[in-house]
Amino acid sequence: MALPKRQTDIGPPHYEKFLPPVIKKNYGKWKYHEVLTPGTMVHVAESGDKIWTVRAASPRILSTNTIREISNLAEKYCDGYLRFTTRNNIEFLVSDESKMKPLLDELKAKKYSVGGIGPRISNIIHTQGWVHCHSACTDASAIVKSVMDELHDYFTTKELPNKVRLAVACCVNMCGAVHCSDIAVVAVHRKPPVVNHEMVTKACEIPTTIGSCPTSAIRPNPKDKTITINEERCMYCGNCFTVCPPIDIHNPEEDGVAIVVGGKIGSLRTDPKFSKLAIPFIYNDPPRWPKVVDAIKNILETYAKHAKKHERVGEWIERIGWESFFKLTGIEFTFQHIDDFTFMRDTMRTSAAFKY
Amino acid sequence: MSGKHKTPMLDELEKGPWPSYITEIKKASESSSMPQMANDELGQLEKSFRTKRGYWKHGGIVGVLGYGGGVIGRYSSLPEEFPGVAHFHTVRLNQPSGFFYTSEALKMICDIWDKYGSGMTNVHGSTGDLVLLGTTTEHLETIFAEYSSRGWDLGSSGSAMRTPSCCVGQARCEWSNINSMDICNDLTQHFQDQMHRPSFPYKFKIKVSGCACDCVAAIARADLSIIGTWKGNIQIDQAEVKKYADAGMDIQKEIIEMCPTNCMSYNNGQIKIADAECNRCMHCIAKMTKALKPGKEKGATILVGSKAPIVVGSLLSWVIVPFIKCEAPYDELKEMIEKIIEWWDDNAKPRERIGELIEVKGMRSFLEAIGVDPQPQQVYEPRKDPFFFWAESDLEKK
Repeated sequence: MALPKRQTDIGPPHYEKFLPPVIKKNYGKWKYHEVLTPGTMVHVAESGDKIWTVRAASPRILSTNTIREISNLAEKYCDGYLRFTTRNNIEFLVSDESKMKPLLDELKAKKYSVGGIGPRISNIIHTQGWVHCHSACTDASAIVKSVMDELHDYFTTKELPNKVRLAVACCVNMCGAVHCSDIAVVAVHRKPPVVNHEMVTKACEIPTTIGSCPTSAIRPNPKDKTITINEERCMYCGNCFTVCPPIDIHNPEEDGVAIVVGGKIGSLRTDPKFSKLAIPFIYNDPPRWPKVVDAIKNILETYAKHAKKHERVGEWIERIGWESFFKLTGIEFTFQHIDDFTFMRDTMRTSAAFKY
Repeated sequence: MSGKHKTPMLDELEKGPWPSYITEIKKASESSSMPQMANDELGQLEKSFRTKRGYWKHGGIVGVLGYGGGVIGRYSSLPEEFPGVAHFHTVRLNQPSGFFYTSEALKMICDIWDKYGSGMTNVHGSTGDLVLLGTTTEHLETIFAEYSSRGWDLGSSGSAMRTPSCCVGQARCEWSNINSMDICNDLTQHFQDQMHRPSFPYKFKIKVSGCACDCVAAIARADLSIIGTWKGNIQIDQAEVKKYADAGMDIQKEIIEMCPTNCMSYNNGQIKIADAECNRCMHCIAKMTKALKPGKEKGATILVGSKAPIVVGSLLSWVIVPFIKCEAPYDELKEMIEKIIEWWDDNAKPRERIGELIEVKGMRSFLEAIGVDPQPQQVYEPRKDPFFFWAESDLEKK
């Protein structure tokens, strides 16, 4: 069968093709919105027109059949219009209010999790993990599934002081926004890489490999056409592995995850913040990583109990002080928490005013 | 080995209320014309769970004719044990701005993918593309012809302009100060060559958010962050303020006392704002959307440099241009972006992001190259040390 004629550099289809008529008509003229329930909201235009949104959870990895199923739901209740959020939720765009209840009923019958709007947990941003990445040292999707099973009520019903953005990254490349999330998991290595010298000679460009190391721990070994690693300088980032795979950073017994907290993206009240280290290490524990789940739940519920309304996790911690955060959560403070890489000057306390 | 694998550990992840990715991978094997791909994906993943390590090799160079990106090569390191994933390449389809679809378009995408791929997808990938997970080299040209003939192009990968992404913007948000979806679409079309034929030192990401809520995380995840903002006074509807108070909102506590600049007051049921003191953080507007609206003069702040931690730590984007008009055809914006990229391309080492290069070369060098004057809005505070540089041109100013 002949192939259809390919086209290059056409870019994506224009977004207008996919907008419901009510959005096209009121584009740029929305007046306000109201959150009706944890999974539904209505946007009202200056013209008085309305569009209702129903938000449902997605595991991000979707089969074609599931995409067909949500497409069929969109056809039945939304004239075929739907979208996805930046956090990978599904959004059904309903132009006819009378279709809201039957849509919600069918979603409930089909066991979709509806929620994620307002002061609660939305979907977890995450990376490919062992499902599909060469660099992964944990399975991001499994941690997401396990955490969200446990915290499901915080997606569908329960309220928190403000929204809490969770993320999971399966290595320090952090393809998800772990570095600026309220609570996040990042997989880490703890041992310098093991070098297959014979393969380095065959497969790697030595200057690129040396240049890839941020701490100059890699030196040339011209005699044997390979490299040597000064293990004391290595901080296990794995950048060398990315340019030279025979330098194997993976270590199943010593790899695991760290938990970081207090980051945010928006400028509301306080400026965007990086996440900071809360727990330096928890072993990989498939299939459900129970200690990771418990640790996140502990931090979340301590925040829920102590934060003021509208405070994000990072804002709450800054108000009470990090020393109080460690006390309230019961998390042990270790040498790993003190920055000895690039930010010591900015992070050591230079005041005698602090709490116990 | 062929057929289905025993996956007792993965099966545990089919329990519980949250939707299961394991169920999705199993479902993919039911609709794909190549069911062994998803089956062996499960087999290999179960092995990863048992041994606590991944079994994917680095991407090889695969792609479609005339493009240097959009497809990422992926191979199993255990091809004999799991032949279905011996080749398991990723195809990135460029998403429409704002992630809007029709059911018809999604079904078309699925039908082609079931024919030539594993049936697994990511909706969406971290950068924004609609990611098709798992196909083999011999199908790539067919996949590209099938999609592009229907109006869908590949996204980007490698050392290139990456697929731009944006928030929902004016399509369904009253706060969006700029037409983020149109800017995203326009820039994507403008940079097609730089997206599909990698010629940059490293990746370059653009993200567009309509306001400082920054729903697409532009400030943390884009080399070039475009964030909508305004000039002029916040518009207040005092009748709506009263309705919030009547509905039980503690305006003093939740709004006035949480304003970071203390520029608001609430007396006799009226909100007053000292707009010259406001830093446009969005807290009050986001909490009282019926009563408060951004000012009328709309534009964007351009920030540069954010990235994830590899290699010497994460960066958030720095304010470069405090305010720029953003109206179609966006000529001023495009000229600015082109100057920024040109300076980076001329100066960076391989695998050096623009934020890292600015640290190496100095902010002055960058600002002068793109023709932007120093302004106090760019910094939190001026420098603390007395070790500053003077250029010959500074000394000539008597």
